[in-house]
Amino acid sequence: MKNLFALLLLAPLVVLASEAGYRLDRSPHDSRDLVSLQSGARTYMNYCLGCHGMQFMRYEGLKEIGLTEAQIRDNLMFTADKVGEPMRIAFPPKEAKAWFGVAPPDLSVVARSRGADWLYTYLRTFYRDAKTPTGWNNVVFPNVGMPHALWPLQGQRGLEIVSHKEGGHATVQYKWSELSKGTQTAAEYDATVRDLVNFLVYVGEPSGVYRRPIGIVVLFVLGLLFVFAYLLKKEYWKDVK
Amino acid sequence: MVARLWQWFDSRMPTVGAEWRKHAAEYYAPKNFNFWYFFGSLALLVLVIQIVSGIFLTMNYKPDANLAFGSVEYIMRDVPGGWIIRYIHSTGASAFFIVVYLHMFRALLYGSHKEPRELVWIFGVLIYLTLMGEAFFGYLLPWGQMSYWGAQVIVNLFGTVPFIGPDLALWIRGDYVVSDATLNRFFALHVIAFPLVLLGLVVAHLLALHDVGSNNPDGVDIKKVKGPDGHALDGIPFHPYYTVKDLVGSVVFLALFCFVMFFVPEMGGYFLENNNFIPADPLKTPQHIAPVWYFTPFYSILRAVPPLFHSQFPGVLAMGVATLILFFLPWLDRSPVKSIRYRGTLYKAWLAVFVIVFLVLGYLGTEPTTVWGQFGFDAFFLDTKDVATWVARVGTVIYFLFFFLMPWYTARDKVLPVPERVVYH
Repeated sequence: MKNLFALLLLAPLVVLASEAGYRLDRSPHDSRDLVSLQSGARTYMNYCLGCHGMQFMRYEGLKEIGLTEAQIRDNLMFTADKVGEPMRIAFPPKEAKAWFGVAPPDLSVVARSRGADWLYTYLRTFYRDAKTPTGWNNVVFPNVGMPHALWPLQGQRGLEIVSHKEGGHATVQYKWSELSKGTQTAAEYDATVRDLVNFLVYVGEPSGVYRRPIGIVVLFVLGLLFVFAYLLKKEYWKDVK
Repeated sequence: MVARLWQWFDSRMPTVGAEWRKHAAEYYAPKNFNFWYFFGSLALLVLVIQIVSGIFLTMNYKPDANLAFGSVEYIMRDVPGGWIIRYIHSTGASAFFIVVYLHMFRALLYGSHKEPRELVWIFGVLIYLTLMGEAFFGYLLPWGQMSYWGAQVIVNLFGTVPFIGPDLALWIRGDYVVSDATLNRFFALHVIAFPLVLLGLVVAHLLALHDVGSNNPDGVDIKKVKGPDGHALDGIPFHPYYTVKDLVGSVVFLALFCFVMFFVPEMGGYFLENNNFIPADPLKTPQHIAPVWYFTPFYSILRAVPPLFHSQFPGVLAMGVATLILFFLPWLDRSPVKSIRYRGTLYKAWLAVFVIVFLVLGYLGTEPTTVWGQFGFDAFFLDTKDVATWVARVGTVIYFLFFFLMPWYTARDKVLPVPERVVYH
């Protein structure tokens, strides 16, 4: 137990060593953009849901991003019979672990644990690496178990990491190279990932859509209440000397 | 009609009216309360908010290691209005500590802990400690990675106590690791045991306060100068004067509260931590474990103290002393005056340094010890080269000196004469 505790105290050291590297790009997603959310949902159902479930999200929830029940049923519902069912995957985690070394995590709240910027960068920084079992590696998630599921869109890329040392300061340069073309241009692929991240952010917190509008109303009411409360206080206190 | 109903009630149970008069309508509070005096009633408001929102959360939460994480997400998605209730409760937890810290700081400013209010202060410290326990137990319930490993780390602190440590930790957990058994007992403690204790202590805190009367920003005893009606000239009935004033304070507070709730419920990872959106995994230790912000000053003290004979116990002891020393404050403070307005430079300087140190320790506790880099030189006394660790060590020493030297510097301080009656600034 003491060792475990010592390990926990030392753990923060490890994190800096691994995260100091790649600078995250800022995710340009817009949670009010329904077209982007729907496009992200389509990408997710076609490329991600094969392995990554969203067990806390129901198909029905897609109505909130402007889809009708028929549209959901006909185009997006590959793994369930009823729209009230959650988005589960078909294969058992045990087999997944045997295949990939680690079971693909459920992504219901991944946007809340990883953050949109991380996801946006991660999905755009896969590269070919002969040393890993899948032949793929990632800059922000080194030695990741997942192969690049979106490679037909982005194409295959290579990466050379060059580090210079000048006067005690190490600078790292990332040299990307294109090994094969994908079906999308770089700009199109960035947009695809932006939409996908937008969708993941939405799924992470579906209430996020109404949170702000309700908040504005609540603050307005409290502002009004403040005026009356303040006047009441002034009235009572006017004679207190 | 209402008056007659009240008369009927009052003649049969006069206690209610008598208590109302004693604690509100005829409780004479000093009339010069300023900004710092809002936080007592606000703490009560947050307590009510937490109890009510907690009751509604309990209706859908499942204290079961397999279901807990999912049931919280169920509340966030499928329970109508569930996300509002959950954010109220999570924001309320942090708000509670903000309010309580400001309330305690008020005591340090105006000497509210000093004679004759020692018992008020002691009940207050007990409330603070109970609140820490309540927050700790509650934080395990979402069963995320931070819940799990935070609880693991804190329970292991008890494991460092010499001789009885391992058994003590086992007794708290109910298992060899944090598990379903731990979750169930923490749930019981969080929703029943500690709230009951908290309510009892709050009642004691208020009764003790109302027996001796409230302090004020001038630290003068308002009961010394009484009017012809027998009431203090500088006093004013709590109701309606302070009920309407606290209403204003409550509305402002609720506006801030709702701003956080509706616009930044995670508060940049300080109120709801990112890692807590990953379900608890006993086999996977997160890379960076930090307690929630309200514990971090003490966590910094824990980390700052170097281990002795491979035992972390000195750090745990320091952390314990850092909180328990608060009980002795009324007797450590030897100043003849209460309020900072009439205290000398020494106390003002020490208090300012203490506040800065508390905030720095709090910040460092949220970060890895490498946050400020390392010293570029070697020295025999450097067991660690992390700058932040050394800053935390200096901070820890200052934290304790503030209390240990208090009898000396408060007695030595050149104080100003205290006026007979309250003054307005």
